[in-house]
Amino acid sequence: MDRGVDASRARKLTSARANRLPTWFRVAVAAPPAVFLTLFYVWPFATLVVRGLSGPDALDVLSRQRTWEVLWFTTWQAAASTALTVLVGLAPAWATARYEFPGRRLLLSTLTAVFVLPTVVIGAAMIAVLPADLERSVWAILAAHVVFNLAVVVRTVGTTWAVIPTDLEHAARTLGATPWRTFRLVTLPVLMPAIAAAASIVFLFTFTSFGVVRVLGGARHATLEVEVWRRATQLGDIAGASTLALLQLLALAAVVMWGSAVQRRTATTLDGHADRRTRPTGRLRWQVGSAAALCALIVAVPLLALVERSFWQGDRYSLAGWRSLGNNEIRPGLQLGIDPLGALWRSITTAAWATVFALCIGTVAVIAISTLGRRSGKVLDTGLMLPLGTSAVTIGFGMLITFDRDPVDWRSSWWLVPVGHALVATPFVVRNSMAVVRSQPIDQRHAAATLGAAPLRAWASTTLPALRRPLATGAGLAAAISLGEFGATSFLSRSGAETLPIAIDRLLGRTGRLFQAQAFALSTILAVATIVLVVAIDAGGDRARRS
Amino acid sequence: MIAVNRLRTTLTRSGIAMLAVVAMAACGDDGSDGTPSTDSTDSPDSPDSPDCGPAATVPTGGGDAGDTVTLVAYESFPTDAENPAVAALAAFTASTGIAVDILIAGDTGTMLSKATLTAGNPEGDVMWGVDNSFLSRAISACVFEPYEAAGLADLPTEFTGLVPDHHATPVDFGDVCVNYDIAALEAAGVEPPTSFDDLLKPEYSGMLVVENPATSSPGLAFLMGTVAQFGEDAWADYWSQLADNDVLVVDGWSQAYYEAFSWAGGDRPLVVSYGSSPPFEVLYAAEPLAAAPTGVAEQTCVRQVEFAGILRGTERLGAAQQLVDFLASPEFQREVALNLFVFPVHPDVELDQAFVDYAAIPESPLSLDPAVIDARREEWIEEWTRLVPGS
Repeated sequence: MDRGVDASRARKLTSARANRLPTWFRVAVAAPPAVFLTLFYVWPFATLVVRGLSGPDALDVLSRQRTWEVLWFTTWQAAASTALTVLVGLAPAWATARYEFPGRRLLLSTLTAVFVLPTVVIGAAMIAVLPADLERSVWAILAAHVVFNLAVVVRTVGTTWAVIPTDLEHAARTLGATPWRTFRLVTLPVLMPAIAAAASIVFLFTFTSFGVVRVLGGARHATLEVEVWRRATQLGDIAGASTLALLQLLALAAVVMWGSAVQRRTATTLDGHADRRTRPTGRLRWQVGSAAALCALIVAVPLLALVERSFWQGDRYSLAGWRSLGNNEIRPGLQLGIDPLGALWRSITTAAWATVFALCIGTVAVIAISTLGRRSGKVLDTGLMLPLGTSAVTIGFGMLITFDRDPVDWRSSWWLVPVGHALVATPFVVRNSMAVVRSQPIDQRHAAATLGAAPLRAWASTTLPALRRPLATGAGLAAAISLGEFGATSFLSRSGAETLPIAIDRLLGRTGRLFQAQAFALSTILAVATIVLVVAIDAGGDRARRS
Repeated sequence: MIAVNRLRTTLTRSGIAMLAVVAMAACGDDGSDGTPSTDSTDSPDSPDSPDCGPAATVPTGGGDAGDTVTLVAYESFPTDAENPAVAALAAFTASTGIAVDILIAGDTGTMLSKATLTAGNPEGDVMWGVDNSFLSRAISACVFEPYEAAGLADLPTEFTGLVPDHHATPVDFGDVCVNYDIAALEAAGVEPPTSFDDLLKPEYSGMLVVENPATSSPGLAFLMGTVAQFGEDAWADYWSQLADNDVLVVDGWSQAYYEAFSWAGGDRPLVVSYGSSPPFEVLYAAEPLAAAPTGVAEQTCVRQVEFAGILRGTERLGAAQQLVDFLASPEFQREVALNLFVFPVHPDVELDQAFVDYAAIPESPLSLDPAVIDARREEWIEEWTRLVPGS
C-alpha cells in the first residue's frame, strides 16, 4: 500500500545528484551480489533448463504415464489443500480480526511460528499425531498442508476483515438479512480479493510441496518436486529429472499468471481503517471462543504430539530416544550410517555459515541497491528475489549438475550447502533492510552533506547505523531458513555430512521404535530452535517499533 | 513476521519476471555446460563402454603407506572394530600402511545413486556391494575406474565373466530368498510357504515384508525373481495380488530384517532376505541352538553377485587398487560368509560347518539375462512403484 510513497522517496534519494556516490564505489558494491547471483543461481538454472529441453529424453518423459499421474496428483492435492485451508482459516480469521480476547496474540504468533517450521518437522508431527493407518496417506498430506498454511489465510484474510466497515453489516442486518445472508452478500464479496490472494499463495506452496510429501507420501504419492528428486537421486535419471523440473516451472508460471489475473479481476479498493477490536459478548463469546480454540488445537496438537512421541517406546515412556542420540547402531557392530548428534552439529555450523554468507551478500546488495540508479537497483533487487520464488529442489538439483566438472567441481566442498541456503536467505536480509533504508529521512543526508561531509562519508554516517536492526532480523531469518532447509540439501549433502532435516527424514523412514523416537527428538530440537529464533525476531521488531 | 508474509506475497508476482529470466538464460546459453554429449552421465541407457573421460594415469600397484582410503559400503556392512571382517581390514592396514575408513552410504540403491551423482568426484575411493542387477547402471554412469585385480585369474569365470572389461571385481555371491520365522508360523498355525504362489494365499496375508527395489539390492533381486518366474507379461499381475495380500515395503534390507521381521523383533514372520540368513541365526544366537530358527523358501531364490570397484576420480588410485586386491583375496574372502551373510567368490575359502548345514544353496536359482535386466530395469521399477503402495 505504501509502496508508492517508498518509490517517490527512493526517487528523491537517487535524484539528489549532489549526493551521488563515486562511480567506482557503486560498481564495487554492485559486483559481489551480481556475481554471486549469476554464478550460483542463473547459471545452474540455465544448465537445468538446457538439459531439460535437450535430446529425445524430454519427449520420452512426457510420454510416460507416470509423469501425468504425478502432475495430476500434484495439482489436485494442492487444490484440495488450498480449499481446506481457506475453509478452516476463515473462522479464526474473523475471530482474530474482529475481536479482542485473551491469548489472541499468542494464537497469531503460534500460527506464524508453525508457518516458519521446517517442512520435515510438520511431516514428523503428522506421523506423531495421526493413527498408524493414516500416517502415510493423502489425508496426512492434506492435514499437514492445512496446519502449515493456516497462518497465510488467517493473517491475509484477517487483515482485510479488520478494515471492513461494520456499518455495512449493521445496515444489512437492520434491513432484515440473516447473519448468513449478510456474510454471503455483504462480507464475502469484500473479502474475496484477500481470499483469492491467500488461496493463490497456499496453492503455490502446496503445489511445490517437497518435505511434507517426502515424509508422508511413501512411494505412491509424489508431487513433481518429489518426483524430480526421486528420478535424480533414486533412479539416477538426470535427464528425466531435468525435464520434470521444467514441466513444473511451466505449470508454476501458469498458476502464477492465473492467480494474478484473478486478483486483478476481483480487486476492490477498501478505504477504511480498522475499527477497534471489541471484546465479544453473549453468544458471540461462545462463537469467537470456539473458533480460536479450534484453530489453536489444530496447530498445537501436532507439535505436542511430536514431543510426546520422542519419549514413547511402543509400550512405555522413556528417555531412550533422547539418550541414544549419540548412537546409531542397528545391532552391535552394524550402523545405520546416520549420526544424529553429528547431524545436529552439522546443521548448526551450516546455519552459521549460511547466515554469514547471506549477511555479507545481503549487506553489500542493500548498499548497492540504494546507491545504484533506480533501474539497475531494481534489476538487482528483483534478481536477488528470484531464488525465493524458485523451488528448492530446482536450486539444489541445478547446482548439483552444474558444479560437477573442473574447474567448478565443487560437489565435495563444505561451503556448497551453506551457499545454497544463503541464496534463499539473502532476499530476507535485503528486504528487511531496504524498507529501513527507503524510509530514512532524506534530510539527514542532506544535512550531513550541507555540513560539508563527502557523499561517501555522509552515507556511512547516516545510512549504516540504521541498518543494524534489520540486518539482525535478516540474520535470524537466515539461520531459521538454513536450519530447516530440506529441498536443496537433499541434493547437495553427502554421506556422513547429513543436516538435521535429512537425518530426520531418514530416521522416520525406519520402522524401529528407537529410530522413530530419535526422529521425533531431533524434530523437537529443530522445532524449538526455529520457534526461539522467530520469537527473538518478533521481540526485536517490537522493541524497534516502540523505540 | 508480517514481513515474511508480505515477502512471500510478492513472490507470486515475481514469478513472471522469473520466467522471463529463464527464457533469456536459455537463449543466451551457449550449451557448452549443458549438452549431454560432453558427459556420459547423461545417457544411462547406453551400457557399452561409456566414455568416462581420460583414464587415470597413476601406475598400477602404487600407493603410499600413510594413505587413508575410504571404503563406501551399504548399511549392512559391519563397522565395529571387533568384527572379524573389520579386523581383517586392520590387518591390511598393518601390512600395507594404508588405513581404511568405512563410510556407510545407505542401502545399495541409494549408495549407487549418490555415486552416480558424484561420479568423478566420489565420496570415497572404493565401493563395496554393487550387485549384478545394479552393475550396468553403475558402469554406464561412469562410477567405476576399471582395474584388473591381482588375483582375478583365481576366481571362477561364472563371476568374472560378468565384468569382461574389469569395471569392478566380484567379491561375493548369495541367493535372495523369502525367509520365514519358524516359531512365529507355528504359533500362527500355518505351514511355511515354499513358492511365490504360496505368498498370495490368504493365510500369509499381512506376513511378508519386502525391500523397495528402487533403493534396495535384495529388493531388486526379488523383483527380478518374480519376473524370471512369471515372465515379463505376468509379473505385474503377481505383484498386484501380493499388494492386495498386504505386503509391507521398506527401503532397505537391514530395516526389513532387523526392524520388521518377527525373529528380530518386528511383527512380520516372512521377509525377503538371503539364503545364508538361517546359519547366521545359528552362529550368532544368544543361546546355542540345535536347529536354525528360520527357514528358506528355496523356490523363491534368486542368484545375486556383488562387486567391489574403484570409484572414478579417486586421488588415491594406487592404494584403492591394493584394497580391491585385498577384498578379493582369500584373507578377506574368509570373513565374508560369517560377517556379511554371503558366500565368498574365492574357490579356496572353505565354508564354516554351520553354513554347510543350514544355508540354502538352491540347485537352480532363478536368474535373468543381464542384457534384459539392463534394458528393462527402470521400466520394471517404475511399474512396480505404481503397483505397490507405501514404502
